[in-house]
Amino acid sequence: MSSGIGRSQLAARIARDIPEGAYVNLGIGAPTLVSNFLPADSEIILHTENGMLGMGPEPEPGQVDPDLLNAGKVPVTELTGASYFHHADSFGMMRGGHLDICVLGAFQVSETGDLANWSTGAPNSIPAVGGAMDLAIGAKQVFVMTDLLTREGESKLVSKCTYPLTGLACVDRVYTDRAIFEVTPAGLCVSELFGGTTLEELEKLTGLALSIASAATPANES
Amino acid sequence: MISKVVDSVGAAVSDISDGATIMISGFGRAGQPVELIDALLGQGATDLVVVSNNAGNGDHGLAALLAAGRVRKVICSFPRQSDSWVFDELYRAGKIELELVPQGNLAERIRAAGAGIGGFFTPTGYGTELGRGKEIREIDGRFHVFESPIFADFAFVSALKADRWGNLVYRKTSRNFGPVMATAAAVTVAQVDEVVELGTLDPEVVITPGIFVQRVVAVGEREWLAGGKFIGRRDLAQ
Repeated sequence: MSSGIGRSQLAARIARDIPEGAYVNLGIGAPTLVSNFLPADSEIILHTENGMLGMGPEPEPGQVDPDLLNAGKVPVTELTGASYFHHADSFGMMRGGHLDICVLGAFQVSETGDLANWSTGAPNSIPAVGGAMDLAIGAKQVFVMTDLLTREGESKLVSKCTYPLTGLACVDRVYTDRAIFEVTPAGLCVSELFGGTTLEELEKLTGLALSIASAATPANES
Repeated sequence: MISKVVDSVGAAVSDISDGATIMISGFGRAGQPVELIDALLGQGATDLVVVSNNAGNGDHGLAALLAAGRVRKVICSFPRQSDSWVFDELYRAGKIELELVPQGNLAERIRAAGAGIGGFFTPTGYGTELGRGKEIREIDGRFHVFESPIFADFAFVSALKADRWGNLVYRKTSRNFGPVMATAAAVTVAQVDEVVELGTLDPEVVITPGIFVQRVVAVGEREWLAGGKFIGRRDLAQ
């Protein structure tokens, strides 16, 4: 049985697909790990939807500025070339298609690229959406970063989302601990396999008919 | 001579009536006009509708207003946070109404109100629970939902400095909803660290022109600045 790769390795893998010059929004949670693996010498500009481009890492202790937070309300820093703007401009950057890439977490992604990541629909839960729906439909490319399976062992890749939707047909690519999946008009196509995972195994775990890109090879796991 | 400066936060909120709709700037605690909210708490108006990104943190500011039972309805994008126990309890007890709006739609609905736009079509929310029941239109091959403007009787914003005309500059990500909310209310009240002499603010860096601001009240320098310089802080902003 294969095991896949860890969160940090996955974050590093995603970082390799983010080109120099890209404007990128990293969603709250695991996607923020991607920033740890962006090459220090590359000019990749991070957007935080509460109103900043050019966001830097968390501050040193003692240098926390309560006026300088990211979308997760975590203190951050300002890099050279940063800019601030109000919320309507910030969301205009997404909705208007100016942002190149966003990386989001997910509860479920369907084979047609529908995303569910804001609510489990559980009774008595407090609904909260934040910028999830804006991000899902806004960026030029929407990447999802997630484990393939839930803690209960259910596939997060599904034929149709059962959780409340965040956006329809909005996901371009799903990076999981087992493989990378491209959302194509013909369904999900595996472009890279991790940790000895096989296509047959993925089909068994997801219950979906998957295709595999001719160039797909087991990833270099250095 | 124009002077929008009022002497106290109490005077700045004294004419708010029961049932008023109030926009409150801030993203979490950054840019939350806490002194104005506290003054409103003391002022006594009730049955309020609050428009804000979040629904209060901890026990202070907006959370205290909610806890005092003064808010009938909250229009926001993200009420649930690790420290939103006041809202959570009221909501579960059915004691507060919630209109949940995707964050960008919330900002744009406020902007639309301030800009005299009678609503707009947006792809955000199409096909989701939050788009349900709304007018749908296909524009350039993409489905959009209709969103209406949000007006307010009052807007509370938190800025760094103002002059007596109400020109405002902000600080870092505490700007967030301030500039759009300032445009969308009949009366915008800005709390600022300092009111400076007219002519001191560089016209090129004014973010909110004074036309959008009716009242300005100085509340003193924020704890993490001294003479305008950042002096750092150890605790987390949350």
